[in-house]
Amino acid sequence: MSAVGEWRPTLPAGPPMQSGGGKRSSPLEWRWIDRLALAFAWCAGIGLCVIAAAIVGYMAYRGIEYLRPQLLVQRPSISTSQSGSGGFRDALIGTGVLTLIGIVLAVPLAVGGAIWIAEYGRPTWLARMVESAIEMVAGTPDIVIALFGLSIFQLGLLAPFSFKAAGGGVFGKSYFAAGAMMSLIALPPMFTATRDGLQAVPAHMREAAFALGKTRIATIRRVLLPSVRSNIATGVTLGVSRIIGDTAIIVLLLGDSLRIDPQGSVPGLSVLRGTGSTLTSYVYNNSPAGEGSAPQKAYAAAFVLLIFVLVLNLIVDRIGRSQADTTGMTVAGAIV
Amino acid sequence: MLERLRRPWPDIRAERTLGAVSFLVCALVVAMVVFVGIQAWPIFEHNGLSWFGGGGNLGRQLADMQNTTQHPPPSAYYMRAWPLIYGTIITTVPAVVLGLAIAIFSSIFIIELAPMRLRRVAIPVIRLLASVPSVIYGLIGILVLVPFVGNDLISTAQKESVQNVVELTGAGLSVTVVILTVMITPIMVALICEALVSVPNSWREGAVALGVNPLRAMLAVTLRAARPAIVAAAVLATARALGEAIMISMVSGSSSFVPKPIDGLVFFFEPLRTLASSIVNYNEGIGAPALGSALYAWALLLLFSAFVLSVAGYLIKLPLRKYQVRG
Repeated sequence: MSAVGEWRPTLPAGPPMQSGGGKRSSPLEWRWIDRLALAFAWCAGIGLCVIAAAIVGYMAYRGIEYLRPQLLVQRPSISTSQSGSGGFRDALIGTGVLTLIGIVLAVPLAVGGAIWIAEYGRPTWLARMVESAIEMVAGTPDIVIALFGLSIFQLGLLAPFSFKAAGGGVFGKSYFAAGAMMSLIALPPMFTATRDGLQAVPAHMREAAFALGKTRIATIRRVLLPSVRSNIATGVTLGVSRIIGDTAIIVLLLGDSLRIDPQGSVPGLSVLRGTGSTLTSYVYNNSPAGEGSAPQKAYAAAFVLLIFVLVLNLIVDRIGRSQADTTGMTVAGAIV
Repeated sequence: MLERLRRPWPDIRAERTLGAVSFLVCALVVAMVVFVGIQAWPIFEHNGLSWFGGGGNLGRQLADMQNTTQHPPPSAYYMRAWPLIYGTIITTVPAVVLGLAIAIFSSIFIIELAPMRLRRVAIPVIRLLASVPSVIYGLIGILVLVPFVGNDLISTAQKESVQNVVELTGAGLSVTVVILTVMITPIMVALICEALVSVPNSWREGAVALGVNPLRAMLAVTLRAARPAIVAAAVLATARALGEAIMISMVSGSSSFVPKPIDGLVFFFEPLRTLASSIVNYNEGIGAPALGSALYAWALLLLFSAFVLSVAGYLIKLPLRKYQVRG
């Protein structure tokens, strides 16, 4: 060790070093292809930021132009003019209901699966299968998940959960059906965040708990889960932002009606069985692509949606930063 | 009963419960493949592998399917999906290639060139861009870009040259590719940045010490080491682009027309349809058995491509472990 420390390089006696060898080379002296690459890198990086700023800025401009407070509390109604078609209260409630169902269904699956993978994971073949299954779900397009939902909720067994037509035909469309499929969308980020958190917990924490005579499951409940709380929070936030941003599942599994249309007489349950809308389907249906063309309403709802996404992004950032401060761990999977 | 649940669980029960939960996830995926497969089966039964081929007018075939009764004759299942597959390819491939080039250079910019202050803004901004819902991209596309392209970029002469075949409104290939690129680039940037950061700094410093300029060192050393992560990012982006349904159904013009490169410049403005966007367009007709089966067949093809891509992504990530780079 000391021999390395005391070693001094001796400069060979030769021609003096070239002038400028010590300072950073200036791009002006580079070859033209390098300068081109440099210029392209600057353009690409700044361009991407400008595009993001333009999208947010434009949506904010249009949103503030068209968003009125009463839009948030009025129910949508059918009208040919944009002034008479009401607001998007039902869509806001719909987004809330779906997020709730999706998260309630997804959290036990994701967290339980992640604990099992990280702490037990035996037999190995099953563990590998579970991991690839999650990756498969993550890679499946949401439209395919929506069609899957449509096919299972049309089955006789699950028919009570969904909307029935007057003639008794089952359409497989309801808040519950959409929420159940939303839980599949939210599953992968939650699973990944929790698993990565558990794997990053140092082994000595588990060993200390075992040495105190705690069982495995008690260690998980009292030591590991509290220490990965922020990872789970990140996963849930990412899951929520997936759910509120998803359109394909809503368009297929919730139908076209903008108003919440309860089925049956039991309060609460009737909403779950009924059809309705969410912010995304409200935007979709009010854009020229949907049934009613009301771009002003679409802009206003899209602005609200974008604010939700922004806030969720900020929350993820905040959690990640506070966690990096306290533990030095980074939140993995925070982006995709 | 409740009392038993409240007491501390024995380890073996906890392990079994958690294992069962994990198994449920597997079962869900298997159920998904099985259900979509069952519903798609009639189409493949009646068309065989020539389903992938071209022929006939797809729009008319689909309209015929929609008009059949509850028990359609086998002839009602006739369809050829090539226009949709072709539409998917000509939107996905350019978007991924374009996006990859932009993503590589902008990650170099973020990691190496950007001043600290800009970098601190750029990363959250790109993360935000990755999480903007697709319906917002679609809304901007259909209300801003489509009218712009339709009114300002396409000349009247161009519109007249193809007016007997198809109407050019602006919605079409070019708008779709542009928005798709904007949608998938941030995902790639995020993954590539992560990989570039995890390549040991000393490697690049070694190259700089040998007199290579910093950018070239980045390109030749760091980027080279992160190559598998770049391919993995491209694979993930491809999966996203393939499955994008809502945005494409809003801005692609949703016509069963097949853009032909032989039309010259007009090619870029011609409307099209992809596998995923057609499912959205025809979701009302799912009650008709023949058309419903067709929708599930498209979904099955998407599911299969997603599976292939996810296997490819896994295989590509393997050599990454050599460098302890996480992808």
